[in-house]
Amino acid sequence: MARAVSTRTKAIWTVAAWIVALIIFFPILYTIITSLKSEQEAIAGFNLIPSFTLESYGEVQSQQNYFKFFMNSVIIAVGSTAIGVLIAVPAAWSMAFAPTKKTKDILMWMLSTKMMPAAAVLVPFYLLFRDFGLLDSRAGLTIMLMMINLPIVVWMLYTYFREIPGEILEAARMDGASLWGEIWHVLMPMAVPGIASTMLLNIILAWNEAFWTIRLTTTEAAPLTAFIASFSSPQGLFWAKLSAASTLAIAPILIMGWFSQKQLVRGLTFGAVK
Amino acid sequence: MGKINLRGVNKSFGTTTIIPNIDLDIEDGEFVVFVGPSGCGKSTLLRLIAGLEDVTAGKIAIDGRDVTQEAPAKRKLAMVFQSYALYPHMTVAKNIAFPLKMAGETPDAIDKKVKDAARVLNLTNYLERRPGQLSGGQRQRVAIGRAIVRQPSAFLFDEPLSNLDAALRGTMRLEISELHHQLKTTMIYVTHDQVEAMTMADKIVVLNAGNIEQVGSPMDLYRNPRNLFVAGFIGSPKMNFVEGDAAAAHGAKTIGIRPEHVKISAKEGDWSGTVGVAEHLGSDTFLHVHTDKYGTINVRADGEVDVHHGDKVFLTPTPSKLHKFDANGLAIK
Repeated sequence: MARAVSTRTKAIWTVAAWIVALIIFFPILYTIITSLKSEQEAIAGFNLIPSFTLESYGEVQSQQNYFKFFMNSVIIAVGSTAIGVLIAVPAAWSMAFAPTKKTKDILMWMLSTKMMPAAAVLVPFYLLFRDFGLLDSRAGLTIMLMMINLPIVVWMLYTYFREIPGEILEAARMDGASLWGEIWHVLMPMAVPGIASTMLLNIILAWNEAFWTIRLTTTEAAPLTAFIASFSSPQGLFWAKLSAASTLAIAPILIMGWFSQKQLVRGLTFGAVK
Repeated sequence: MGKINLRGVNKSFGTTTIIPNIDLDIEDGEFVVFVGPSGCGKSTLLRLIAGLEDVTAGKIAIDGRDVTQEAPAKRKLAMVFQSYALYPHMTVAKNIAFPLKMAGETPDAIDKKVKDAARVLNLTNYLERRPGQLSGGQRQRVAIGRAIVRQPSAFLFDEPLSNLDAALRGTMRLEISELHHQLKTTMIYVTHDQVEAMTMADKIVVLNAGNIEQVGSPMDLYRNPRNLFVAGFIGSPKMNFVEGDAAAAHGAKTIGIRPEHVKISAKEGDWSGTVGVAEHLGSDTFLHVHTDKYGTINVRADGEVDVHHGDKVFLTPTPSKLHKFDANGLAIK
């Protein structure tokens, strides 16, 4: 039964939503504000009005080459996402359209690997990376981030694929399509919204990943997370510079997220309501 | 060519047997209908022939070639699904062209065949539309178009009309029958609707719980049902069954009489009763008569009959049209 919502209730909820959104966004806002302060202002205490100086940005760029880190982030995030999707599409296809008795167990197992604390496997992974010569390499980080996000990618694609009627794929099979033809010509075009939002989310996750990217890189392959970390140096904390570095690091992903939010929300709630 | 032979075909999922053991021969050019109630295994049997399911045991041959282990695409069969299963992201033209593209035909040949199929199926004006912009009947035509362009050795239809409304179903039934006469290609058609089976089939295969109950022409099944199941399933309205002394008088456990083979009279007859619901269709009148001794008997009378709810009537089955069944439910010859 439909229930009318009064204007007053609506107004209360709107205000509440704005307050919650502001609380969530506040740390990012304060980082941006701090990045526009001088170092003296930044350590002086809580202050919402900066002097709007860009000197921290200039210093950050003069100390470190932002674009090198940026390019590493792009290559690692996009590369790990592309390889991850290539592996996950056949995996999700098999789970959604040719499930076995163990499919549910495998899905749960994949998810359970995400519950494991990363620190627990840091040493073995570090040693493996060292032995295979993957330390501080873009290839190594791409593989690492692809692997740690693969369970989420498979899960998301599996959920989208299950919404696609199996009869359509069977029709393609009857029409002479090979397994690859069936996936390429029929499944993938139909799952474009799902695949796109999975890729977007995976790029965001890979972009923001800090634990492994900081520990497995030094200079050559270091992405923007390492760029931020490099400003919390032993010489002391420089809040304004750190904030400027953080703002520069999150800006690309923030802008991408803003422009793709419709796609992201549509993808994440895909199939939730029939 | 489209001769299909099934030998000892069995399908089980774990310990559950869906198709116990089936032998069946389908001749080239025949229109064969698999009919039976929901869950009788008719769709599974069709999917086994299509190759969409693997057989647990047995052999399937198409034109003498063993295809049991072959992929669906290699069997040269085309299938029309209940849900149409059109590719929603492709236009009508691309949907119809898809099997030709998969077969590696040239763009010119594809274009010609798509246009020919569209003309036959009255789809010429819709070629650039997407399936979402079509009505149910048009979608079904596209699905048929996609099937005919391949020139398969046989067509498989899996309840293709059940998503359509009654009027459209009648039209499409005629169109598919007409198509069969034009193409003269083997067609296997699955339905739970015995009217579709009776009107379209050269040969009906009646299935029940995975078993073939009887195979024969529509009139063969109508006149000589092998057992109670077939007798009850084929024919509309359903055959009346009577047990007890009326059956014993004919030396049977059960006697069956079709509604159209019962005479109705206001004065005299074998079984007396009261008219319940009377359905006056103009061309026919269906009467549900509550008899004093044998429960409700359905009667079909030709044309308009002046009998109404609550009237006392007498019923007389036509002796030559009686079907007799033994204690095992098998017909007594």
